[in-house]
Amino acid sequence: MWIAILTLTVIALIAGLGLGFAARKLPSNSSELVERVNDLLPQTQCAQCGYPGCRPYAAAIVEDGEAINLCPPGGNDTVRRLADLLGRDEIPPLATGPAAPAVAVIDESLCIGCTYCRAACPVDAIVGAHQLMHTVIETECTGCELCLAPCPVDCITMRGS
Amino acid sequence: MAGPAATYDLGKLHGGLRLAARKSESTGLPIQSLPLPRQLILPIDQHVGDPAQPLVGIGERVLKGQVLAEPPGTLGAPVHAPSSGEVVAIEPWPVAGRHGDPAPCIVIECDGEDRAMESWEEPIPYAELPGDTVLQKILQGGIVGLGGAVYPTAQKLMQAVSCDLDYLILNGAEWGPYISCDDMLMRERAHDIVSGARILLHALQLDCAYIVVESDKPEAIRQLAAAMTDAGDERLTLKQIPTIYPSGGEDQLVQLVTNREVPSGGLPTDIGCLVQNVGTAAAIHDWLQAGEPLISRITTITGDGIANPMNVRARIGTPLAEIAEFAGGYTEDARHLVIGGPMTGKSVSNDRVPLVKATNCILVMSALPANGPELPCIRCGECAAVCPVQLLPQQIFWYACADDEAQLREYGLIDCIECGCCDLVCPSHIPLTYDFRMAKARIRELADEKARAERARRRFEARNERRQREQSEREAELARQKAEARQAGPDAIAEILKRKRREDGD
Repeated sequence: MWIAILTLTVIALIAGLGLGFAARKLPSNSSELVERVNDLLPQTQCAQCGYPGCRPYAAAIVEDGEAINLCPPGGNDTVRRLADLLGRDEIPPLATGPAAPAVAVIDESLCIGCTYCRAACPVDAIVGAHQLMHTVIETECTGCELCLAPCPVDCITMRGS
Repeated sequence: MAGPAATYDLGKLHGGLRLAARKSESTGLPIQSLPLPRQLILPIDQHVGDPAQPLVGIGERVLKGQVLAEPPGTLGAPVHAPSSGEVVAIEPWPVAGRHGDPAPCIVIECDGEDRAMESWEEPIPYAELPGDTVLQKILQGGIVGLGGAVYPTAQKLMQAVSCDLDYLILNGAEWGPYISCDDMLMRERAHDIVSGARILLHALQLDCAYIVVESDKPEAIRQLAAAMTDAGDERLTLKQIPTIYPSGGEDQLVQLVTNREVPSGGLPTDIGCLVQNVGTAAAIHDWLQAGEPLISRITTITGDGIANPMNVRARIGTPLAEIAEFAGGYTEDARHLVIGGPMTGKSVSNDRVPLVKATNCILVMSALPANGPELPCIRCGECAAVCPVQLLPQQIFWYACADDEAQLREYGLIDCIECGCCDLVCPSHIPLTYDFRMAKARIRELADEKARAERARRRFEARNERRQREQSEREAELARQKAEARQAGPDAIAEILKRKRREDGD
């Protein structure tokens, strides 16, 4: 009997040490999980979740257990997919209403060429130079609305696509 | 029977249906030539790919065969003037296109003289030209696949040339009941089809072509056999296949004729076959041997809502109303106008729409086939038994309802050819094909969204990287200036400050 107990203890010890070593030394797979969460996010980079972009939000979800219902552009579908991926049981409704897809449009007759919106665009979808008219590259605009606030002459509007 | 007998060594086709043909109504008369209409309406988007861009302006006089619009990109086909006259408008017009909405069209007021361009009627000695030149020439003819898919023929051929091809297959099997335009074409213009096939063989540098005809077209087979005897070309073989819907589908035809299965998501060229419609072959003959680009086509006008069902050869752009009038007009109980066959056709609400390169059949019916109320799926499996692509429609339907994209891909929704067989046999009257079409659109939408998100992510990351780089560059520059000043020592700084003050003072 003692032999059996000893054998099992040794096996348990070896396995425990092995697992402990793996947990400490091998790279954790949380970065991989962050990537998978990031893949589910709509990549509008709109910062409406309170984080400066989709990847930081993904990292916050995985590492700090942030709520998964903070992404208006993703809508309830994204919340559901995130809950599926993360194995969270309850699926909270979106904190705010879902955002309809839209693109920013600059009223080019009013634009004064201040470049503030260009600096604010998270995906470099606004072109223009100092003192020259700016315009939005429609196909690249994610509709994040981050360019609206900095505009000193309020010449940017959102238009549904 | 004269000439080579049609052979029967066949591959297997899964499923399919034997449908009532209903073709005899429209095959009683020879192909009729429609008189020149007063107005021709030419959509600039009659093909797969980018819409062509108009080259003519309003008020310009054009001649028959003149190029009106050219495709801007690599995929597309030019649009030619079907007759001479004046361009009176370039505007949106209702069309029976792929999207159903009004589409930009070039409207020509015909002058009735039908004057052609001068460079016509010079047969091209294609046999002396290299294959590439022939393909380029075909590209200029505005020829697209006339079976209904309207994929630009030249591009299809150019893509095929780079593949390892074994067979050219000319598709003489029609896509469903009522349609008889290919049948009539094969009966009356077999020589042109054979000539077109030989041009294609030359352009592709191939030495084996099958002309495939369904067994319910004995007259077409007789005429083709005679034409092949006259041509005396060893490379051509006539094949007969049983009349099972949808044997006219490209992949199904390849499987029937060669017993090779087109891989999921693949093309017949992946397994060494190139399929062309017989009408396309005749159009290639017309262009290279008679100098006539694709400005007319044969179309079947039939159904119980038409007084004299028949096949007509009409100019592209002719309003359907004129074709219907030529065919004796509508009967009293004409209610529905369908473009394409009864299985996959599209119901349109208005007969002002023009005949386009894709219009193989105009069907006028008194009533659409009655379908009872939709009931829940009882999982009888009838749909799986008839599916020619060997999918499991009931399972796909399940996942389509659940909007489960991963499973829809897994179960091969993308390979569905939308033939409508499953609809027809479903005892619960579930509109499966419609649901599948919607689900396909949804999958495409999701893929687009995904691609867009991916692009936005890359741009966001690139921007962050750039900002970081700029920040570190700024810091490095500052550090360098500091170090420089420190190296120069306090005296130098005082010197610089003094000079600066002197300059400001000036």
